[in-house]
Amino acid sequence: MRIATAKETYIADEGLLTTRTQRAWMIVLALVLVLAPFVLNAYWLYLACLVAINVASATGLNILTGYTGLVSLGQAAFMAVGAYAVAFLDGHLGTPFLLNIFAAGLVAAAVGVLVGVPSLRVKGLYLAIATIAASFILHFVFTNWVSVTGGMSGVNVAPARLFGIELASPFALYFVIVPITALMVLAAANLFRTRIGRAFIAIRDRDISAEVLGIPLLQYKLMSFALSSFYAGVAGGMWAYFFRVVTPESFPFATSIFFLAAVIVGGLGTILGPILGAAFMTLVPELLKYVVEWLGPVFPNAGAALSPVRTIVFGALIIFFLVFEPQGLAEIVRRIRRFFHLWPFKT
Amino acid sequence: MTRPAPGLLAPAHLAVSGLSLSFGGLKALTDVSFEVRPGTITALIGPNGAGKTSLFNCISGFYRPREGHIRLDGQDITHTHPPARAKAGLARTFQNIALFKGMTVLDNIKLGRHAHMKTNLLQALAYWGVARREEMELRAEVERQIIDFLEIDHIRNKPVASLSYGLQKRVELARALAMRPRLLMLDEPVAGMNREETEDMARFILDVKEEWGISILMVEHDMGMVMDISDHVVVLNFGKVIAQGPPAQVQGDPQVAAAYLGSGNPAELMRRLSAVGEAA
Ligand SMILES: Nc1ncnc2c1ncn2[C@@H]1O[C@H](COP(=O)(O)OP(=O)(O)O)[C@@H](O)[C@H]1O
Ligand SMILES: [Mg+2]
Repeated sequence: MRIATAKETYIADEGLLTTRTQRAWMIVLALVLVLAPFVLNAYWLYLACLVAINVASATGLNILTGYTGLVSLGQAAFMAVGAYAVAFLDGHLGTPFLLNIFAAGLVAAAVGVLVGVPSLRVKGLYLAIATIAASFILHFVFTNWVSVTGGMSGVNVAPARLFGIELASPFALYFVIVPITALMVLAAANLFRTRIGRAFIAIRDRDISAEVLGIPLLQYKLMSFALSSFYAGVAGGMWAYFFRVVTPESFPFATSIFFLAAVIVGGLGTILGPILGAAFMTLVPELLKYVVEWLGPVFPNAGAALSPVRTIVFGALIIFFLVFEPQGLAEIVRRIRRFFHLWPFKT
Repeated sequence: MTRPAPGLLAPAHLAVSGLSLSFGGLKALTDVSFEVRPGTITALIGPNGAGKTSLFNCISGFYRPREGHIRLDGQDITHTHPPARAKAGLARTFQNIALFKGMTVLDNIKLGRHAHMKTNLLQALAYWGVARREEMELRAEVERQIIDFLEIDHIRNKPVASLSYGLQKRVELARALAMRPRLLMLDEPVAGMNREETEDMARFILDVKEEWGISILMVEHDMGMVMDISDHVVVLNFGKVIAQGPPAQVQGDPQVAAAYLGSGNPAELMRRLSAVGEAA
């Protein structure tokens, strides 16, 4: 049981981590993230990088969909824009790694703003359809603008280099990808402590009264689109350096649904949500693979029979969360925290 | 407790002239003219459907009047967008509370200051420099000038949805005050409140006028409150101004009573009007 300390001033109250326990947990998390690559094998390291990339993109989508209330099914296409931007810059101009990643974000943001223009007029399902349409147009561009994208066969990307070191293995890339993602999550957390983040939420909750408070809707909706697709672009850029080849099929439409599912399962409009959601969506299919392997000796032919079951179980898990915890994994974490906060006096 | 020094917010002068608005064939407002003098409380009364909310919506920029002008300190704002009017010093509350239900009381109030802040996207993401300074100043000011003033310190971190109706109305007033308004517009601030909540709200409105020195335009059915606290009363019926003047004069105006009831008995009118307020 921890006694709630009376806040001496509201200055502390405005901080990102308001209690000592929160700060302690954050230090533990940082240590785990730093030490993980020395413990994990290559396969799990590969998954860790993939989770980090997906967290970056899901955090971006959450800014747009979770906080601003604009549903988008274009996140995969924005990632593709970022990935192609990296492939082009790296292959044709030979500009440095970090600059390319940043530029990938900017190019994707510019495309995102264009795609976001209809958001002033349409909302909800109609906006979602508009973003789907934009995804298909972009896919067409990727397959046909051969001089830049390499058409159907795609483009190869050379290994990233930073300070003269080649980052070819997941081990090396981990130390770049995870910090970039961590910075992006931190930036998102900061955003929602300021006027701009509050304006996004105001637009989500009631856009009429947002206007009366002096929030210009179009400007803020486009800003949210730009930011969200910037995150997607950076994630796509990291993806390109990670997989080292980009084709039109690298980011199929289903990936956009993957990200929407990740933010919903994780918890819309929370910082923790997309982190948990992206980890869940990326790792659970892998964990189920292990379960199937363990069951192998028990049930002969398990592999063949159980792999479709794996997909079904994954789908069922998502539905389970939507029905029983519509606020997402972040809400479950909050409840656990509250439990320990008051334990053992109250449950 | 420090409050804004008198004159910190220069009260605005609102002049509405010849305003007409129609929805299809329905004339919601016809040639409406009146003024809100700086630093006074003007009450807008009239039966349901008289056009009071429509008039508010014209002034705050949701409806485009067909004819007429709205001037704030002589500047014509008839055709400016709502955000520009917010910047010019116009703040309002809604008949059906329009708070952001998922946010805390504090965040709702902070939103009121949006248009007066300067933090840009990059500064917000980094939470450095201007962003940090502005947020700290805002918090301090909101605590000092608004949360203490409206006696809502016990609920500052509660989500708005969990509050009683009366408290939500008060939070909406708080958010409007955070906008540093020079003209505050209140659409039925005490509708649906019990006696005690009504008295609290009336006191707060008077305090806002006296201590913040801003102009107030208020739609209200509660005749007792209107007569008690307003300096000027405008009576609207079927979209037309049928009388205006000091409360005592309007109260005794046989024309007003005649227009409402077909009788010449002002006391009867006031009784009926109060009944409407309680029913709504
Ligand atoms: N958006 C609208 N569309 C059509 N008619 C409206 C609209 N808003 C108000 N009205 C009509 O205008 C008249 C005045 O309504 P309102 O301004 O809400 O009155 P009050 O606030 O005085 O009760 C009513 O007849 C109402 O039905
Ligand atoms: Mg009304």
